[in-house]
Amino acid sequence: MSPADEPRVLAPRPSAGSSAFQENGARVLAPRPTAGASDSVAELTELDSQPVHLTEVAAPPKPIGAGLGGVHQRHRLGDRVFAGLATGAGILTIILIALIGLFLLAKAWPSIRDNQVNFLISRAWTVTGNELRFGVVDLLYTTVIASLVAMALAVPVAVGIALFITQYAPRSLAKLVGYLVDLLAAIPSIIFGIWGIYVLAPHLTGVQHLLYHVRFIPLFKDKGFDTGTVFNAALVLAIMILPIVTAVSRDVFERTPTERVEAAWALGATRWEMIRLAVLPHGRAGVVSGAMLGLGRALGETIAVTLILSTVGQGNAFSWSIFNGGATFASKIANAAAEFNNPKQTGAYIAAGLVLFVLTFLVNAAARTIVSRDKLK
Amino acid sequence: MSIAIQTGLHAPVARSRKIKNSAATVFVTGCFLLAMIPLVWLTWTVVSKGLHAITHASWWTGDQRGISYRDGGGGMLHAFVGTVEQVAVSTLLSVPLAIFVAIYLVEYGRGRLARATSFMVDILSGLPSIVAALFVYAVFVTTFGGQRAGILVSLALVMLMVPIVVRTTEEMLKLVPDELREAAYALGVPKWRTILRVVLPTAFTGIVTGIVLGIARIAGETAPLLILVGYSRNLNSNLLSGYQGSLPGMIYDQVTNLGNTTGLDANGHRVQLHYAADRMWGTALTLIVIVMALNLIARLLARASKLSR
Repeated sequence: MSPADEPRVLAPRPSAGSSAFQENGARVLAPRPTAGASDSVAELTELDSQPVHLTEVAAPPKPIGAGLGGVHQRHRLGDRVFAGLATGAGILTIILIALIGLFLLAKAWPSIRDNQVNFLISRAWTVTGNELRFGVVDLLYTTVIASLVAMALAVPVAVGIALFITQYAPRSLAKLVGYLVDLLAAIPSIIFGIWGIYVLAPHLTGVQHLLYHVRFIPLFKDKGFDTGTVFNAALVLAIMILPIVTAVSRDVFERTPTERVEAAWALGATRWEMIRLAVLPHGRAGVVSGAMLGLGRALGETIAVTLILSTVGQGNAFSWSIFNGGATFASKIANAAAEFNNPKQTGAYIAAGLVLFVLTFLVNAAARTIVSRDKLK
Repeated sequence: MSIAIQTGLHAPVARSRKIKNSAATVFVTGCFLLAMIPLVWLTWTVVSKGLHAITHASWWTGDQRGISYRDGGGGMLHAFVGTVEQVAVSTLLSVPLAIFVAIYLVEYGRGRLARATSFMVDILSGLPSIVAALFVYAVFVTTFGGQRAGILVSLALVMLMVPIVVRTTEEMLKLVPDELREAAYALGVPKWRTILRVVLPTAFTGIVTGIVLGIARIAGETAPLLILVGYSRNLNSNLLSGYQGSLPGMIYDQVTNLGNTTGLDANGHRVQLHYAADRMWGTALTLIVIVMALNLIARLLARASKLSR
């Protein structure tokens, strides 16, 4: 059928139903759509983007003339308004992110300018009184190390669960397991916080003492605190990011091409060999991006970390150890929230927030890039 | 040749391969069981420690006015009202915005602008709640000289809820079969009416699922509360001014009093106090029950949805 014929094929339908579709013809007819038009689906999809066209080409057949003219114009206006609203909402999200960056920068800048030490390389944090001295080094280290340890703990377990759900468990059990893991994501972070510090942490003191025996590794070097350590925080963070890493890994494992799986079976592979030959290579990029998403969550997690981490005074020698207390960007800001008194002092915390924003932005952007590159393949 | 194949099929799998395979099975099952430990442990802790507080009648009807860590009793009504108000306003603001963004992404968006929007939605879904709160603070308090109030929390929560609703709505709209749209277009129905009368109704249940999940997520958010509204023990139902109680805020308030474990009783004797801890776990249990109920509702709705994957 040539494209020129096509409108004529379609034309009778709108005019035939023109009185009905004003009311609710669309809904009545919608479920059984393609009976007459199935051979022109290709052309139809092309018309998808500009349905107004359809009425335009439908109009010429003489009988309907004037009546449709008014309808047509109203449609056009409605379409324009609606498309405008939708596009506007989309643009709004872009503007919102830009505004977040701009406002944080604008409010942080005066404080950064008055800062007596270098913001990026100082370990100090004194923002009361006349002189501002604040730097991000300690905050950055605590934030990053807690999140990395959390990620290192969570990813293997998450991959294991994802394999259990997709490759091992029978369908009904898999569903239940998925549901249970999702429940973990539903628990509010403040509850993870109080459970982590008052219930879990006392049980971990022994583990810390045990790891202290391998203190030639800088991470385990100090005895620091018994509870309220970076180690405690990292473990709770690991539990909190487990669901998202699991969900992403599960998604990619489920989409392993069947022919690869069957090829592995045909070679006489055991289940584990099939997973290594087919499932894991296919899912690698997905797992990496899931891990990045988890890392992003861990970096920005606020209240659980605030409740768990013991704060430490200034002036201590820098330590790599995760058996110390400390503060992440988020917990530093949260702990000071009640004392946002003057703009200069607040500005220092907003500067910390800005660094956190940039950090999570980069990590999330990387996670997304990995996924989309994988999809293109 | 047939012999070769036969031996290939029937040769016993080498011992080391067998062991590796079993080890993998054990590891994978172990991972699942490991993940269940915190879930069961945490749930058990909250239920067993919180049940005591919430079974008093005054828990559901009273607030904490004039009640310090030395006193028992009182309730969580002030916190419940605050949380419900903040979440309700934030839902009212988020839902239309999020649905329009999803409609844009699925029905209109093409090219670079759509890709940029989708990218920004992802960034938004990874936005730390404390950054959202700082942003609202920087705009409304530092720049425009406003006071801390519940409404500011709602605004910060909007930023956290929008990406959740956008993503679920987007998924649902994509699941609506193109034939439905084509049929409507073929009838001369304009695109906007097709979306409103055909596409959205078909995806309705799925969209509501996303909204309920979004509500469950923001109801437990604490960081914006600390920065934007503080906490009040009195019932304050005014979103526009004053400190306001909230369930996460109430938990945090108890935490600050946990260290005060001794006090004087009526006769002047020094006694052990447990009121703050009781209230903390009680509030946690209340919050968890609400959030889990919302998740259950979402799950049931998803099952009822016409569009299933």
